[in-house]
Amino acid sequence: MLSYITKRLVAGLITVWFIATATFIAMHLVPGDPLMNQKAVSAEIRLNLERKYGLDKPVVEQYFIFLGNMLTGDFGISYTQQNRKVNDIIKDHFPVSATLGILAIFFATLGGILWGAITAVYKNRLPDIIIMFLVILGISVPSFVFAALGQLLLVNLNQLVGQSVLPVAGWGTFSHMLMPSMVLGLSTMALLTRLMRSSMLDVVNEDYIKTAKAKGLSPLRIFFRHQLRNAILPVITVLGPQIAAITTGGFVVELVFAIPGLGRYFVQAVQQLDYTVIMGTTVFYGSFLVLMVILVDIVYGFIDPRVRLQ
Amino acid sequence: MSHHGELSPADFLPLEAENQGELITRPSLSYWQDAWRRLKKNVRALISLYLIAALALFTLVGPIAWNVDPTLQDLNQISQAPSLPKLATLVENHIPWTPPVDPALPAIPSEIADQVDPVSAFRLAETASTQAVRLLWDGLSTAGGYNIYRNESKPEGFNDLGLPLISITAGNQIGYEDRLSLKAITYYYSIVPSDGFDEYDQFTSIKVEPVLAISIREAMERNILGPAQDAAIGSAITLEFHPFGTDYLGRDMLARLMEGARVSLFIGIVAPFIYVSIGILYGGFAGYFGNRIDQLLMRFADFVVALPFLLFMILFKIAFGIGPGESGIFPMLLALVLLLWPATARLVRGQVLQIREQGYIEAARILGGKPRYLILRHIIPNTMGVILVTLTFAVPSAIFTEAFLSFIGMGVAPPTPSWGSMCNEGVKTMLSHPHELFFPALFISITVLAFNLLGDGLTEALDARMRSRE
Repeated sequence: MLSYITKRLVAGLITVWFIATATFIAMHLVPGDPLMNQKAVSAEIRLNLERKYGLDKPVVEQYFIFLGNMLTGDFGISYTQQNRKVNDIIKDHFPVSATLGILAIFFATLGGILWGAITAVYKNRLPDIIIMFLVILGISVPSFVFAALGQLLLVNLNQLVGQSVLPVAGWGTFSHMLMPSMVLGLSTMALLTRLMRSSMLDVVNEDYIKTAKAKGLSPLRIFFRHQLRNAILPVITVLGPQIAAITTGGFVVELVFAIPGLGRYFVQAVQQLDYTVIMGTTVFYGSFLVLMVILVDIVYGFIDPRVRLQ
Repeated sequence: MSHHGELSPADFLPLEAENQGELITRPSLSYWQDAWRRLKKNVRALISLYLIAALALFTLVGPIAWNVDPTLQDLNQISQAPSLPKLATLVENHIPWTPPVDPALPAIPSEIADQVDPVSAFRLAETASTQAVRLLWDGLSTAGGYNIYRNESKPEGFNDLGLPLISITAGNQIGYEDRLSLKAITYYYSIVPSDGFDEYDQFTSIKVEPVLAISIREAMERNILGPAQDAAIGSAITLEFHPFGTDYLGRDMLARLMEGARVSLFIGIVAPFIYVSIGILYGGFAGYFGNRIDQLLMRFADFVVALPFLLFMILFKIAFGIGPGESGIFPMLLALVLLLWPATARLVRGQVLQIREQGYIEAARILGGKPRYLILRHIIPNTMGVILVTLTFAVPSAIFTEAFLSFIGMGVAPPTPSWGSMCNEGVKTMLSHPHELFFPALFISITVLAFNLLGDGLTEALDARMRSRE
């Protein structure tokens, strides 16, 4: 077990290095540099600035400096936001994205398991047909449309009640988080519902369900203890990649609902070629995702004893 | 047991060979024929096929049938809702109207009255059109002027007269012409007499419904009326027809949707084709050679998979750059291909590894099959099913990615429309002109839906296990 985790962590570290290198190369492929945005810089000032930020050094040397700093956990100072450390930007804004993502995952998983189980129980009957239609809708409609519709819904709701029940945009309290996280989790919920349904239907035909029935267990006990528990396994496997999709896919929702998450800073940084912020956010997100995938694999090993971790 | 009964010599003759046991009673179907047969039985998959055919028709034949320039801006027709063709009456070019004056009345009354009667006979001088509304009234000898207001609802009281159009400071002027952005809706005009400065608390209102009219000059400017064509004044002519309305620059939505379909579907279909092909080659190579090469190749694929997709999509998209006047379709295509090939490579490799060990490959090899024959005849055809399904599901995700990037303003560069960038523009006017968001979103949804349903149908149809369940 321990050697497995160490092995995965080492592989993860190499992956993070790869991500950092790929980001570095892609970033330097973009024509221009972060100083281009400064207005009316004379050649002398420009030279000074380049020297200050180390941009006058050869790219290969810059790469090694960056790698060295990264090892100590220092991503440097933003080029465009005066005197703001990249670490501070991440520290301030990642919790926002993470809260949104966790809530979205929570809604998606809860809803997916619930709806999936219901559709499996009512297979080919009205509840199944209605839910599966909604699932198809959830998969086919782009998230920004849902975000816009969600906002529209809040506007109408607030108008109807005559006061601001749920705020339409912004961030701060739980009521701010409700609609964005539901919108963000919607497509994942649809996906999980589908998965849960087919997984439930597969499990019904397993021998251990027959055994449980033959032993005379109550239907409720069979449903919760044998069917549901085993059907949830495949749902957990896709959760890893889905967490990745949700945490990075939060951009749109953050944009539409004016949420000060990290995604917005990344888009801004790419547009302004803010080297340090780009590197910092990508490496941070990359490590986060790598860690998440490893975590899900380990959790999976705990839940399903059949999966042996090697 | 020694007695076996009577035996005749006939019992020792060999039996006639019966071929019945080997007879094939069902028609022989190849794998693909069988899959096609099953797909046709699946109603949802069939509907999705029709939808895809319709989309192809919309994209390819649409611009020929609906020959409207998608980049043509018409600032007279901004954000028009979808409608049926509108008819307008052709009228003469506008000639300024000198308001009539009643010579019997004084321009300035000799003394300011405390109280006056309301203006009587407030009426139209001629049929009101969207070109001009000409009002007439009977002047008051005690008034020093008149204020005219316009409202879109019936005035309930003195504070509800609406938009002040003019303050006339001559008591003998008895007409006024309104040309202020008139629309073919109902207006309520009100007139309030004044002493030249202050209003009396009397008003008279009339209801006016201007007819949609277009002057000859306007019609020629908007190319509805050819210069050679001299239509009779008063005849009805058809205005520009925008079945899906217009966008915030007055561009025809239908034409833009067709143009956008080309971009969105091009990226959505070509990108998966390229990266799935690369994935097949890469994965097939790794799977066929196995061992060290496989390890090395797959480890690299694992790294690429670990890249945060959307962050790198944005980064690559910018890195490959958009020059002036370029649409940015190619950088997007390149970024998609660079980031998404490993998924297919992994899949194909797994398939190849699995199939390589199958009994029928062994059998074919024992029968003397050469590697080339084995790969082409056995391994590739058997992976095709899974690859086809992957390809089908890759299309909606590529379309989504394009739409997403265009939505956050990192996609194709204007003026090239794509469904995603149209959504981006439409969401800004969502409350006032919902059709600008609705139509592109609808097209994205239908396309994604169609390919998802087709993918589901293909998964079922190509799964040979399903055959035995029938």
